[in-house]
Amino acid sequence: MMFFRRWVANRWTRQIVFFAALLAAWQAFAWIGPLPDYVFPSPLGVAQSLARGFQNGTFILGIVASMQRILIGFGISAVAGMELGLAIGRIRLLDETVGSLVLGLQALPSICWLPLALLWFGLSEAAILFVVVMGALLSITLATEAGVKNTPPLYLRAARNLGARGWRLYALVILPAALPAIITGMKLGWSFAWRSLMAGELLYVSLGLGQLLNAGRELNDMSQVIAVMLVIIAIGLAVDRLVFAPVESRVRERWGLQG
Amino acid sequence: MKLKVRGVTKKFRSKNGALTALEPIDLDVQAGEFVCLLGPSGCGKSTLLNIIAGLDQPTTGEVRVDGEPARHTGTDRVMIFQNAALFPWLNVIDNVAFGLRMAGVPKIERQETARRFLRMVHLSDFESAFIHELSGGMRQRVALARALALNPDVLLMDEPFGALDAQTRDLLHDELQTIWSDTHKTVLFVTHNVREAIVLGDRVVVFSARPGKIKQIFTINLPRPRQIESYAVVDLAREMMTVLRDDVLTSEREIEQAVLRHDLEAQIEDGMRATFREVGDDVL
Repeated sequence: MMFFRRWVANRWTRQIVFFAALLAAWQAFAWIGPLPDYVFPSPLGVAQSLARGFQNGTFILGIVASMQRILIGFGISAVAGMELGLAIGRIRLLDETVGSLVLGLQALPSICWLPLALLWFGLSEAAILFVVVMGALLSITLATEAGVKNTPPLYLRAARNLGARGWRLYALVILPAALPAIITGMKLGWSFAWRSLMAGELLYVSLGLGQLLNAGRELNDMSQVIAVMLVIIAIGLAVDRLVFAPVESRVRERWGLQG
Repeated sequence: MKLKVRGVTKKFRSKNGALTALEPIDLDVQAGEFVCLLGPSGCGKSTLLNIIAGLDQPTTGEVRVDGEPARHTGTDRVMIFQNAALFPWLNVIDNVAFGLRMAGVPKIERQETARRFLRMVHLSDFESAFIHELSGGMRQRVALARALALNPDVLLMDEPFGALDAQTRDLLHDELQTIWSDTHKTVLFVTHNVREAIVLGDRVVVFSARPGKIKQIFTINLPRPRQIESYAVVDLAREMMTVLRDDVLTSEREIEQAVLRHDLEAQIEDGMRATFREVGDDVL
């Protein structure tokens, strides 16, 4: 009895029980429900699709293609966004002009850029990259700007008094001081980029995870669609947990923001 | 004369018109002298210190260091702020070495220097600690080490012990007196605590508030090291307080006009921000 109570009290236990029950209900509905297999696949079917996709390499190719795009797009956004945010945060003229433009454009879902991008760049990688960059750049810019503006003036006074000038004031004081805000912006930027990329790949056919989703629909293979959805979720979670979470917790520890 | 302050005034613009923070100030400080600037809140003593540091510009007048006009901030006059202003993204030793890094001193050499000054402030065991792990007193010690590492002629201390508990403050008074007599720095120390000023200062410059001006200068001839609870210090403090009492009362009344004060602080902060924007514009 004691053992059982402790077992139920464990957070992991409750989560495992919940997801197992969810899977069981899903499987049961697929067996007894009125919908045919190609409309409502069973978890077993999805698992088979998942295994098949990895075995014949289509999922691997799709993942590699999508990851390549997002790494390039996010890389461009991160570098440009940080510099732009720094400039907007420090120079009043840019704040009043470019700053309000950025704020306005942020209201536009980045996939809305796709028609223009296709017109400008044609059916090419550049068009999708453009959409990804428009998704991530603005939120990284805005976060960096906020971080720079919220830096206590005291840090800058102390740094200048200790001899910090020019680029060193930026690289060694202003940027590090804004780091917690910048990391939050990067995280947000990443998730925007990931969403934009999937939307872009769905609409514009070229090898990638979004395209695999579309292929599943066209082949009436819902178990493949759900399998790809699971892969997309897994990548999103993995990046958040394995890349951003450790960086974030290191910064929080350093700043003493924990708890 | 190490420091010459000549006719320095400071005015801030506010909604209610110009606000005079400092009336013309003249002050001479000798090399190696320990001068305390004493006065109630809002009397402009910190403003004067910031002007001497070159972090704020006077409205009129000038500051000379060794006869040279000191318009910009420089590492010959290092400031120690009330809340230490250490950088949370650097650990203790990197904070202490920051100024040396800016001066282009190679890493091994600056770490050696930083360690030497951490030893001086008794924090050798904390060189890789993060700033938030330190107590208030430890932070001020790190700030002191960070300033001393640059070997400045002048130390400018802006109520550095104002936020500390009494025991820690007394301990730091002892340490500061020892360090000062070992290093022969010129020190300007802002405080609103009469006894603190008497314990530390060769001279105590008393300010009156609104507009801020020098009311009286006391020379303290007590033998060192001085203790804050010694009779000599307490008696002298009482004597000085009698002289200053009416002024403190005036200042209290002034502070009751909290709106105005808030306004002044906002103005000062705006002024700071404007300065940094100017700097940013220069660079880009």
